[in-house]
Amino acid sequence: MRAFRIFVQKEFFHIMRDRWTTLILLVLPILMIILFGFGITTEIRNTKFAVYEPSGDHTTRAIVNKLESSEYFILERYIKSEDEIEQLFRQGKTGFAVVFGKEQILLVADGTDPNTASILTNYATTLINSYLQESAPTATDAASRAITPEIRLLYNPTLKSAYNIVPGIMGMILMLICALMTSVSIAREKELGTMEVLLVSPMKPYLIILSKIVPYFTISVINYITILLLSVFVLKVPIAGSLVLLSGVSLLFIIVSLLIGIMISSLVDKQIVALLISGMLLMMPAVFLSGLMFPIESMPQVLQWFSHILPVKWFIIAVRNVMIKGLGFSSIIREVLILTGMGIAILIVSVKKFKYRLE
Amino acid sequence: MGELNFKAVNVKSLAKNFGKVKQGGGGSGGGVAALGGLSFEVDRGEIFGVIGPDGAGKTTLFRILTTLLLPDSGEARVMGFDTVKDYREIRKIAGYMPGRFSLYQDLTVEENLKIFATLFNTTIEENYHLIRDIYEHLEPFKKRRAGALSGGMKQKLALSCALIHKPEVLFLDEPTTGIDPVSRKELWEMLRRLKKQGITIIVSTPYMDEASLCDRIALMQDGKFLRCDTPSAIIASFGKNLFSVKGDKMGAMLEGLRRVEGVSSCFAFGNSHHITAEKDNGTKSSLTVTSLKAHLESAGFTDVEVTEAEPTVEDCFMELLSK
Repeated sequence: MRAFRIFVQKEFFHIMRDRWTTLILLVLPILMIILFGFGITTEIRNTKFAVYEPSGDHTTRAIVNKLESSEYFILERYIKSEDEIEQLFRQGKTGFAVVFGKEQILLVADGTDPNTASILTNYATTLINSYLQESAPTATDAASRAITPEIRLLYNPTLKSAYNIVPGIMGMILMLICALMTSVSIAREKELGTMEVLLVSPMKPYLIILSKIVPYFTISVINYITILLLSVFVLKVPIAGSLVLLSGVSLLFIIVSLLIGIMISSLVDKQIVALLISGMLLMMPAVFLSGLMFPIESMPQVLQWFSHILPVKWFIIAVRNVMIKGLGFSSIIREVLILTGMGIAILIVSVKKFKYRLE
Repeated sequence: MGELNFKAVNVKSLAKNFGKVKQGGGGSGGGVAALGGLSFEVDRGEIFGVIGPDGAGKTTLFRILTTLLLPDSGEARVMGFDTVKDYREIRKIAGYMPGRFSLYQDLTVEENLKIFATLFNTTIEENYHLIRDIYEHLEPFKKRRAGALSGGMKQKLALSCALIHKPEVLFLDEPTTGIDPVSRKELWEMLRRLKKQGITIIVSTPYMDEASLCDRIALMQDGKFLRCDTPSAIIASFGKNLFSVKGDKMGAMLEGLRRVEGVSSCFAFGNSHHITAEKDNGTKSSLTVTSLKAHLESAGFTDVEVTEAEPTVEDCFMELLSK
């Protein structure tokens, strides 16, 4: 046990003596939260819009007011005919128009950027519908000017992208620290030849590996807490569900990621290879396929299948369910089972592939 | 543990092949060379030297003996333990110092030593007497990071780390490669002292001049032992006349010497050339100092200096190679 303690201490020395490593490990989560939370955002603000209202009654004015008072839209001007919309869009200053017909309201968006267009129509639809419901309690009145399709944005009523980003960043950071750092640190011992000396000793090899895990486990837990604090207090994303459940799932994911790190390191001998494998084979797909940046549903079928084998995908789903939607354990049983299964499978592979010698 | 009077190392027709055989792959650089059926024994308390150029298979042999590699065929025993079956036992009693510096460069001298003591369930204090002579040199720098030490200091630290658990057999893979002559000398003095403590030492080196410091040596080339005996026995069996030749045009002279009748081999040796000739048995072709000098001067070489030389291990090695 004394030996184990001293080896854990040694591992902490390795991390702390390298100032850049320490800095990256502790500052990266903060940086990513701020970058993704504020910089890279899928929210759209202050879009100029035009209005065409041949009838011009009390309701239309109120709706325009409602749109204008939101942070998403700024009224450019009223136009005299529908044909002007195209001109305005071509000038590029205006990206959205509202046309009040006799029976319905037509929302026109600039489709050159389909993502923005769909987000804008979603915003506007939500705003108009909420106005109609407020002002016209009777069903017949509301129906007279219904906008179809009606879209309700659950859990993220204002389409805040931070809601989407926090679970994703959590998955990425934990994966990065656990899988990448662990695999690189074990590969370093092999590359520098120190593993050779460690093996020719009575110390059990699994203890050597275990002692390498402890520091990264600790750092992951610290990062997990940092991310939670930042998302609650800086990004204002509340923890809707149980904190215990959220932490439980996160611990499970940390363990699975550490096991992946060990598995990678048992397959390679060079730091750079470990880095590339964890970076290219784990991180990149994690970013693209886990639903962090693009919705999985909009990806080609083949890639969707591929995303199933990524632990981070299931972790993100579980975090969304617990943290954002506030659902209970029953909602994430599938994710927990899948992660556990993956963990066991990786453990078996790592144990089988573990080398007591150099070959 | 086999029979009671087991040898420190007992190797029987040990062979190892790697997928692709690397020629002259550089032992200490991590390249792997094959072994082609080695058999030898090392007595307890002996300093056994494995001498050969890079790529001869020294590191591969050491890695098999230290249980890091599995042999393809044959068997190896260390203190009676089989390197394949009883690898755990060997890992308890062996000290191993790999060819390249394998300590933690970002940890201090003291921390490194502590980690290796811990690795073997001992403490620095417990076995300090073993490493005192070596560690004395390092003590002033014990707070310095290992990466900032000089080559000689690094080797002393590595040796201290390999010794801290009082091993019964010490495997040193090229401990003197790349360090200065003074440190080399010191290191060998340390090995002699360790031998007095009863530790068996198996050491490899590419330097022929270190051969005489060993009790017994094996001359290794291409995964095979050319000879395995005491240095004096190897030298005694040289069996040829040896001349040392110097002159002004050394390069051209090497060619000229090879054409002289009676010269059986000729190679550069430091700043002179060594010539071997069959032992004098009264025939015309027998070479002497005077006849050799006359030959060279008639071939147009000036400043020729010919002396009879005592054969060294290197001469024997070159002779064995030429066969």
